[in-house]
Amino acid sequence: MEIAALGIDVGSTTVKMVAVNRAGALVWDYLEPVAPRVSRQVDDFLAKLGAKIGSLAEIPLVATGYGRNLVQQARQSKTEISCHAHGVFQELGHGGTLIDIGGQDSKVIVIGARGRILDFAMNDKCAAGTGRFLENSAARMQIPVAEMGAVALTATEEFTITSTCTVFAESEIISLLAQGVAVEPILMGLHRALVKRVAAMVRSVGLVPPLLLSGGVVKNPAIRKVIADETGEEVFVPTHPQLMGALGAALFALKLAD
Amino acid sequence: MTIINSLKYYWNVKLTGQPFLAWQRRQAESHPKISARWRSDILSPPLKIAARTRELISRHYLEGRYAAGHRPVAWVTSGAPVEILQALGFYILYPENHGALCGVRGAVVELSGAAENAGYSTDICSYARTDIGSVLSGKTPVGRLPPPDLLLACTNICQTVLHWYRVLARHFQVPLILIDTPFVYSKLAEHSLEYVKIQLENSIPAAERAAGRKLDYRRLKEIVQLSKDATELWQEIINRGHQRPAPLSVFDQFIHMAPIVEMRGQKATVDFYAALLKELDENIANGIGAVRNERKRLLWDNLPIWYRLRYFAEYLGEHGICVVASTYTNAWGELAPFMNTQKPLAAIARTYISPILNQGTGYKLATMQRMVTEFQLDGIILHSDRSCKPYSIGQIEQRNRLIQEFDIPALLLEADHDDPRAYAEAQVASRLAAFVEMLDD
Repeated sequence: MEIAALGIDVGSTTVKMVAVNRAGALVWDYLEPVAPRVSRQVDDFLAKLGAKIGSLAEIPLVATGYGRNLVQQARQSKTEISCHAHGVFQELGHGGTLIDIGGQDSKVIVIGARGRILDFAMNDKCAAGTGRFLENSAARMQIPVAEMGAVALTATEEFTITSTCTVFAESEIISLLAQGVAVEPILMGLHRALVKRVAAMVRSVGLVPPLLLSGGVVKNPAIRKVIADETGEEVFVPTHPQLMGALGAALFALKLAD
Repeated sequence: MTIINSLKYYWNVKLTGQPFLAWQRRQAESHPKISARWRSDILSPPLKIAARTRELISRHYLEGRYAAGHRPVAWVTSGAPVEILQALGFYILYPENHGALCGVRGAVVELSGAAENAGYSTDICSYARTDIGSVLSGKTPVGRLPPPDLLLACTNICQTVLHWYRVLARHFQVPLILIDTPFVYSKLAEHSLEYVKIQLENSIPAAERAAGRKLDYRRLKEIVQLSKDATELWQEIINRGHQRPAPLSVFDQFIHMAPIVEMRGQKATVDFYAALLKELDENIANGIGAVRNERKRLLWDNLPIWYRLRYFAEYLGEHGICVVASTYTNAWGELAPFMNTQKPLAAIARTYISPILNQGTGYKLATMQRMVTEFQLDGIILHSDRSCKPYSIGQIEQRNRLIQEFDIPALLLEADHDDPRAYAEAQVASRLAAFVEMLDD
């Protein structure tokens, strides 16, 4: 396995690491839930990869994500905005409007025809419109996060969740469940509530098609469907949406190797 | 007014306090010390005038501490027509400036908490909460505030002041003068001007009663002239930011603007800004910029984030970015041409109906467009201020238009000018970092 550069994305929920070859293609990746001691976790990541391919000393590493400054081995740190845009642009080969929904925040990034970031917006100081919103609700309804989307899509009707606040939405779910409403329509309503927040952000920067998606949350099929519904646009998703930040970081690292 | 209070005032302010502050300033001027925390690697040394700024502000609050019972005291909003009160000899306190000072000193959470405990909602402006909390708890980082004999609120900055000053009037049981300035949607109407002028005329007897003396129109004209002189100097200081590198960042302006807000109409204020302008011109001649390696230049819209001034100055300075202009500091300079000593009341009416916050959002957009060109700016930071709705409304549209027109990045940052609980550093840092990457792209 030829490894020319490494990227690590220390997010709020998971840590992702990828390796790319000289051509910038993704050749290795690894992901696990973020540990309280991030720097030790990064050491373990690097040790795992080192055991596989030998010395990593010469290979440039760029870090991104909320914990990027904790990665001492990184030669550089870059924001998630730049990295997601860079990763998605390489994977999908197109500019447009990128929606990245992560565990703690969501972003809308307008990418120019040559991959330059033209504008961005992020959610405000609140978890509504982020993965945490769904995670909280999944826990309340005792449905694994990974299955939420599929379950929601089986709904034949939809309940409107009016609260945009994660905490209040939870109380709303409790009262709906207490009234005997089935789980599926509530779930669908939750997806819609999240996406409406994100769609408002899209409108604030102005949608430039096509609509591109990244981040762990877009693995959820209901989210993809509701985004398409709410924006009226076809959505394009890279093969590994969750790894786009780490991929972008690795691509920046590749530039350092030159 | 009592003799005891006057003796106390002369002893503490005139005979001991002021000479001590002047001595302290002279010490600082002759032995300039740069704090160990100052990031000399990225920022030029602090301006020499800083010692005088400190002296002026300390003197202002020192006078306030002993003013009660010696001089009439008025509490006023930041955009109040203060010249009339100056001419009547009032000691004038600006709760908003005091609120900003509390923000810089980290006292807002405690003071605001006192207001919230009394039932005031966290949705109310943090200046108002800080002020009301300070009144209710008696606490302030400046020692003691003199209770007012008169309140003067002008609606040219927001509608919150209406309710805030009514609360103060009820608490202190003192008269409240309210100057209602009709909103200027696009063009200033003569009847609006007349309406404000009549209110000013009608307010004079109440102010005279509280002051215990008659208004001397000759004195009023002198004060208006001093106000105009200081405001003109402030505008010139702001315009020195046209230079590359800019000799003054807006973070410096935020600190050195205190006298133009709370000491308009005083000779010392005119002298202070003349000295500041002179120092800036020397720095320009020597090629000294506020940020050592100025590569990019920005505009700041809205109030400062008082409790994080240093963070922003340093973070941006590290990347060679100087914020050289702001709509906020400009608001205290752009009204100078309206000041006129021939017809002082008409001039005061025109001046105080015209602030940026009393005009349609198109006016602010035009101001920002002009600034981007005049100051040769590379980007814009718009602080969406939770507490200041009139300033924040329209920012999304203004941002989008500026991006389109000038093809420069513009960042909308959500925070609050005074309340750190409405500010999330990790999120701000990540937006700011991405914005800096965009500026460099």
